[in-house]
Amino acid sequence: MSNEKHDQTETRSSKLKLGLRTRISLFFAVGGLLVSIGLSGATLVLTRQQLIDSRETAASAFASTNATRLSNQLTPDSSVEDLPSIVDSMTKIEGSQRLIRIGTHWLPSQELDRDDIPENILERVTELKAGQLRAEINGKTRLVLGIPLQVFDAAYFAIVDLTDLEETLDDLSIILFGAGTGVTSLAALLGWWISRRTLRPLRNVREAAEAIAGGRLDTRLIRQSDPDLDRLSESFNEMARALEERIHRDARFASEVSHELRSPLTTLKASVGVLESRKNELSKRSQTALDLLSRDLERFNRLVSELLEISGYDAGAASLELEEVNVAQFIQAATRNDTSISYMLPARADSLVINVDKRRLARALSNLIDNAHRYGNGPTVIEVSTNENSIEIAVEDAGPGISTEERKIIFDRFSRGSSSGQRGDDGGTGLGLSLVQEDVRLHGGKVWVENLKATESETGSRFVIELPTTKEEL
Amino acid sequence: MSVRILTVEDDERIRTAVSLALQEEGWEVEETSNGEDALASFSRQPSDVVLIDIMLPGIDGFEVCRKIRRLGDVPIVMVTARSDSHDVVAGLEAGADDYLRKPFDPKELSARVRALLRRSKTIGTTTNFLFDQLEIIADEGMVRVNGREVHLTRTEFKLLIELATSSGKVLSREDLLERVWGYDYFGDSRLVDVHVRRLRTKVEMDPANPKYVVTVRGMGYKLQTQF
Repeated sequence: MSNEKHDQTETRSSKLKLGLRTRISLFFAVGGLLVSIGLSGATLVLTRQQLIDSRETAASAFASTNATRLSNQLTPDSSVEDLPSIVDSMTKIEGSQRLIRIGTHWLPSQELDRDDIPENILERVTELKAGQLRAEINGKTRLVLGIPLQVFDAAYFAIVDLTDLEETLDDLSIILFGAGTGVTSLAALLGWWISRRTLRPLRNVREAAEAIAGGRLDTRLIRQSDPDLDRLSESFNEMARALEERIHRDARFASEVSHELRSPLTTLKASVGVLESRKNELSKRSQTALDLLSRDLERFNRLVSELLEISGYDAGAASLELEEVNVAQFIQAATRNDTSISYMLPARADSLVINVDKRRLARALSNLIDNAHRYGNGPTVIEVSTNENSIEIAVEDAGPGISTEERKIIFDRFSRGSSSGQRGDDGGTGLGLSLVQEDVRLHGGKVWVENLKATESETGSRFVIELPTTKEEL
Repeated sequence: MSVRILTVEDDERIRTAVSLALQEEGWEVEETSNGEDALASFSRQPSDVVLIDIMLPGIDGFEVCRKIRRLGDVPIVMVTARSDSHDVVAGLEAGADDYLRKPFDPKELSARVRALLRRSKTIGTTTNFLFDQLEIIADEGMVRVNGREVHLTRTEFKLLIELATSSGKVLSREDLLERVWGYDYFGDSRLVDVHVRRLRTKVEMDPANPKYVVTVRGMGYKLQTQF
């Protein structure tokens, strides 16, 4: 049962994968990222537009000033040779060049000549219209302005370099990218911090629940000064209080039942004992009846004592009485009635001392051996092995083995092997193995069963008790 | 002369059934239903073994045990119906020699009583011992510490003799359970621990730092022979 539940939780958690806190942080990070992308994009677009606009306005003002000046200084006789002296007197701005056409003659600039000027501008100017255009010339982004000088068959072209604008925008995008990254990380951190603060009450609830599950039933949540959270802690505390009360009531009930059942059982056992010692005075029929009575009294007795033991566990009333136990002596004493068992003990078994509840461990081992007798054709091997912080005690039998389905439920209460036949034939109570589990758990250990594959035809089971040990003990 | 057993049990049906079972062994049984009657009966005529149920109306089983213990070193068996260990230790500390848990097997009860009766009669050795100031005169059943006689119950005396005859060797709790009480390996070792504690309060100057009956960690107890 518990295994199945565990599996379900695992599947569910693997579907979701991310914890609430991670998700909140992620949510904040994505939010931060989107905001930074939006802001950076808008900034970049607007800045670019503004920079280019102002540059274009400046360039066209400067170009028309120069074109006017050129037009004023030219005479109908002017030729290309006269131009340099006129050009010298014209306004210059950083990164600008000019080309001038008179008739079919061109005054090139230092870098560019006629062929570099885009066709559409040339056409517009030919149609005596001014024009401007952004274009890639010699690998650089430039603004080309063309102004026809209508009086003469001439034209003025200004070419303004926009590379520095591109560089400025590049710098800006780097800065914006850095800021965006920073904002995103900050948002993630903020999300983490906020979720941590928000989830703190949940963590308190978790810790309190764990404490209660661990047996500290009087654990309660402290009231927070927050009306939203108070309702949670009130409900939680109410639940814890109800649980505590119920468990204590169960424990009292178990203790009362224990007393009430033990008294009549004592009378029954003493009376049946008297009858047993005078058995040969009874008729055959009475003897048979007495046999039935004795056998079922023993079974009833065992069932009651195991039920009480189990209810003690359920009420959290079971406690360990630890004492030092010599492993080799213990194993030998526990198996003294089984002469056919072979032992596999570690080399130092004679001086191996562990701290355990002798009564509980003896009962656990004796239940495993009983189980082997009932369902496994008797125990064959008892193996003890030690690890760094644990000791394993294994009981093997040569029985039919246990199917995987049965292995899952074999330690459950009243679950008996299918091979055991009809209830009542074997004398078991159906609680033996679950008591083994409780006893071993109380020690902080675990018990499990595996199949032995000795040969193809013959299998057997191996029940293993693993107990934690301290370095000092081994 | 037949063996007399005094039983104190308030549940009439249990009392009658247990008496019947004890009588089957050929023992004489004196039944009482409360502590006052039991003490009166014991003062009138001491029995050979006392069987006390802890849960009694009026004065409880522990008190009955303490009072009877003051009157003599008769073997006492406590009977408890509870599963917690507190009653067992408290009963042993009140002076009980052994205990049984309900529902017990009548055969187990007879075996316990027989073991106690055996302990009453035999000491097992006639050798005398002297360990520093601790003197054991076995055939008189007497123990002296610093020349002053101390009074031990038969179980305490038997425990001391077992430790003395093992001549300084360590005896495990299981060894002592078997030799003194007749239990097997899975007997309750608290019997040994509580009795050792009681023995120490009688023979040691400082029971918290014992000089004679010392604990050997992980092994058991021994009587110190070298001083």
